[in-house]
Amino acid sequence: MNKAVENVAVALDGIKDGVTIMLGGFGLCGIPENSIGELVKKGTKELTCISNNAGVDGFGLGLLLETKQIKKMISSYVGENDEFERQMLSGELEVDLIPQGSLAERCRAGGAGIPAFYTPAGFGTEIAEGKEVRIYNGKPHILEEALTADFAIVKAWKGDTAGNLVYKAAARNFNPLMAMAGKITIAEVEELVPAGSLDPNQIHTPGIFVQRIFQGKAFEKRIEQRTVRKRD
Amino acid sequence: MALDKIGIAKRIAQELRNGWYVNLGIGIPTLVANYIPEGIEVEFQSENGVLGMGPFPFEGEEDADLINAGKQTITTLPGASFFDSADSFAMIRGQHVQLTVLGAMEVSQNGDIANWKIPGKMVKGMGGAMDLVASADNIIVAMMHSNKAGESKLLKNCALPLTGVGCVKKVVTELAVLEIIDGAFHLIERAPGVSVEEIVGKTEGLLIVPEFVPEMQL
Repeated sequence: MNKAVENVAVALDGIKDGVTIMLGGFGLCGIPENSIGELVKKGTKELTCISNNAGVDGFGLGLLLETKQIKKMISSYVGENDEFERQMLSGELEVDLIPQGSLAERCRAGGAGIPAFYTPAGFGTEIAEGKEVRIYNGKPHILEEALTADFAIVKAWKGDTAGNLVYKAAARNFNPLMAMAGKITIAEVEELVPAGSLDPNQIHTPGIFVQRIFQGKAFEKRIEQRTVRKRD
Repeated sequence: MALDKIGIAKRIAQELRNGWYVNLGIGIPTLVANYIPEGIEVEFQSENGVLGMGPFPFEGEEDADLINAGKQTITTLPGASFFDSADSFAMIRGQHVQLTVLGAMEVSQNGDIANWKIPGKMVKGMGGAMDLVASADNIIVAMMHSNKAGESKLLKNCALPLTGVGCVKKVVTELAVLEIIDGAFHLIERAPGVSVEEIVGKTEGLLIVPEFVPEMQL
């Protein structure tokens, strides 16, 4: 099955105002930067974005915040963005904060056909308010529901025309989980190769989870915190 | 004399045991990796999907795809592995990680921890902290004994929104090592030259002081 599309514009076809989009990445690592750029260009508004972080000013999801295309963010940590802070405090932006492990598992569950699960994370805190509590092994757990999205946009290192994906290093993070949870999953890859070129033993995301795949034109791959050590 | 941040990290490093997988939070906890006792082999987990974290890269060798949970560029050591965020928190929730070290704004005498939100200030989010504290068997908090206003951070009850309840087992501050047992702080060790009176004076929560309180051996 050939899922390759020629460019980002074709890949993002059908994304309309008001849809829910999952975007892979942790910080600026493993984010679908070509697709985010295209969403800015398209001007699609009223988006609900599910992403662990919200980018920084001027890069990643920060770009979609600047243009006020995001109505609601569902994230675990959003600390690195002044525009985000301004919109959140002014009430322009709705924000739902979720513990990181619960966010990951909720995406995984959404893709795996599990409607909800119990987790100890957040019990006794304000995020447990209104959630069902059950005791397992003598310990209280709260019920968390699965997440799905109209579109999931993920970023991989390599992909083939059948939609199989391979991620690099820590750029994997939320990408495989969101790929499972999108009704339409769009994969943006650094290198797109013909089906059969990737070793089936090394595939991280099987092509069944991916509907469209394209090779990104350029990747800036900005580093958020450049930390180095001196050579002796 | 009260310890500095490095002293706190050195004292916590003494808690490491051979063969442990360890998750270190941002700030003082990160420094613990620099003081692993001789003869002890541990592997550091970063919840964004890395096991076997190494030191920062040499200048010019940074890789945008290889960062830790603090979004800092890192390297890996032989035996390292990468995985997705669900697997990462399976390691944490499933108690495959033996020790979690993290910072806190407040800890209460029954082991509650608050470290993610100050009402009225910008909320940055809890990240992985709620998952970490709810699941880990062995949680050590690394923090200063008092906040910038000079108020005790070791309290009867946390005033700030909680990150987790009844989960902290041990606290290491610039003044003392304390264990939390049955709803009270127990003074285990004091920093070199720090008096028991000073620790008592700076601890708001219930503090049990044994007859003899040894000094930390750093």
